[in-house]
Amino acid sequence: MTAAVDTAPVAPAAVAKPRGRASDAWRRLRRNKLALTGAVLGALFVLVAVFSTLLTPYDPAQPDFDHVLAAPSWTHWLGTDDLGRDQLSRVLVGVTASMQVGVLAVALAFVVAVPLGLLAGYYGKFADTVVSRLTDTMLAFPFLVLAVGLAAVLGPSLKNATIAIGISQIPAIVRITRAETLRLKHLDYVGAAVANGAGDGTILFRHILPNATSALIVQATVGIPSAIIGEAVLSFLGLGVQPPSPSLGVMLSSAQPFIANAPWMAVFPGLVIVLATLAFNLLGDGVRDILDPRGGSR
Amino acid sequence: MTTTAPSPATGAARTGPVLSVRDLTVSFAGPDDTVHAVDGVSYDLAPGEVLAVVGESGCGKSVTSMAVMGLLPPTARIGGSITLDGQELVGADERTWRPLRGRRLSMIFQEPMTSLNPVLTVGRQIAEVLIRHQKLSKKEARARAVELLDLVGIPAPDRRVDEYPHQLSGGMRQRVMIAIAVACDPAVLIADEPTTALDVTVQAGILDVLKNLRDRLGTAIVLITHDLGVVAETADRVLVMYAGRPVEQAPVDELFAAPSHPYTRGLLGAVLRPGSRTKDGRARLNEIPGLVPDLRSRPDACTFAPRCAFAEDDCRGGRPQLRTLAGGHRIACHHPVTPQPEEEVSA
Repeated sequence: MTAAVDTAPVAPAAVAKPRGRASDAWRRLRRNKLALTGAVLGALFVLVAVFSTLLTPYDPAQPDFDHVLAAPSWTHWLGTDDLGRDQLSRVLVGVTASMQVGVLAVALAFVVAVPLGLLAGYYGKFADTVVSRLTDTMLAFPFLVLAVGLAAVLGPSLKNATIAIGISQIPAIVRITRAETLRLKHLDYVGAAVANGAGDGTILFRHILPNATSALIVQATVGIPSAIIGEAVLSFLGLGVQPPSPSLGVMLSSAQPFIANAPWMAVFPGLVIVLATLAFNLLGDGVRDILDPRGGSR
Repeated sequence: MTTTAPSPATGAARTGPVLSVRDLTVSFAGPDDTVHAVDGVSYDLAPGEVLAVVGESGCGKSVTSMAVMGLLPPTARIGGSITLDGQELVGADERTWRPLRGRRLSMIFQEPMTSLNPVLTVGRQIAEVLIRHQKLSKKEARARAVELLDLVGIPAPDRRVDEYPHQLSGGMRQRVMIAIAVACDPAVLIADEPTTALDVTVQAGILDVLKNLRDRLGTAIVLITHDLGVVAETADRVLVMYAGRPVEQAPVDELFAAPSHPYTRGLLGAVLRPGSRTKDGRARLNEIPGLVPDLRSRPDACTFAPRCAFAEDDCRGGRPQLRTLAGGHRIACHHPVTPQPEEEVSA
């Protein structure tokens, strides 16, 4: 065992007095420039998503046939589309839809997948076989086939797109939770907790799950951008948000015929998708280092 | 100190042993052979007694104590008898074990660096046991955790209680482990090589804490170690194990004064002591030739015979039974070394 893993080359002043975990994490976030960029951009997206209806300069669904396909200008910062609707307003509202899908789909996947992963990893044997074979089966279904099937059965809507995306993310989270549980349940402190009379519930929810959170949070920050892209894909194909209401995917889809004349119709929604994805991926990378309580300055 | 000797759950008189192990056998069945990890271990543990279990790696010390804690994997086959406060534990199910672990039976492990949950403060980890077994409120448990940290000799316990394990040194963490183990005033504390992973300077402090607890709380301690220095300093009685079998058991003074089993003599000869110098002024350590035998065979012979300088034909042809010499000294050997008449045998 290497002694004194405690405080590697952290600034000595910072080590001197013990701090809480939260302030510690914040300190480390500030030093990680990429993660900080991701965090700021991510926070910006969340703010936009929450307040988009207050920020829109125009009604995003209101056509204006006098200014069809207008280029970006001071009146319409991001131009207008083929029906003269303000692109900026539509992008802002589209971000709300994207974030909603992103967060809700991932939340849905976590609620279903984490207990299954814990079950499979901790109890093993029959539970593991059942859960693992189920995830394998789900992985065999391509995401789009699943989404198309669901839309065909339930009808295309944002809610059903969210459910389809959420389901498609379950296998990955089950696998990560299971792997973490398998690793953690053999660690000394779990054995020590058993030796102190802890029952399965205590072991799972106080010793295993909290120690698996870093891996799970990283997975969440990877899951959110892929859900955002998933929403765009489904809406682009007409399986998600339905045309009058805006969404980044819907905007890309309707930009197709005009890409030569009005490139801003495709460029801005596309750019926003890229930025959102990038922000959460950067954040995810940073969070993994930051959440390690031992000070991940390795 | 708020904790004086607790009345045991059974209300039995405190004269008899708290823990009694009789003819314990543990074996693990593999696909084509069976490993006999523990073969016929017996001991009694009186309240406040420190029993040291010594032997080389792989001699069954740890497996014996895991059996006493009920922590062996389900694949282990356990025979014999383990009784705690008169309650038979061999064959007991998890529902019987769980309320005992951490309350009547506790254990501290070899690796303090990894035995604490890194995401919980040490205070919460101590409180967890108190809340579970003594149904204390969070606030009471925290106050008690501070007392316990003080008891195990951690300075500034009211500040340390809110720290995370990575903020503490190895010795401090082992003290926290001890605090968790004794939180509910257990009858028996099993310490599995509690000082092996620590600096020599820290070891003495940990042993002092254990002795102190024994004196103040009357906890009986099973101390598993291969460090004979630790044994001499801490134990009341010693059980020497070899290849899963008990070979010698004696009060600590008796064992060090008159080690009778060739294996025990070998162990003692392998320790560096002041004065153990030869003519040319250099210390000579005597190793025991050979290795611990394969535990898959279970010969009807002395398992130490292949490595023993005193082995004769009967050693290879019949398993020696434990028999009692004078003064509570028990030994399993056909040809015990009798040091009384002539001390300088050719050992």
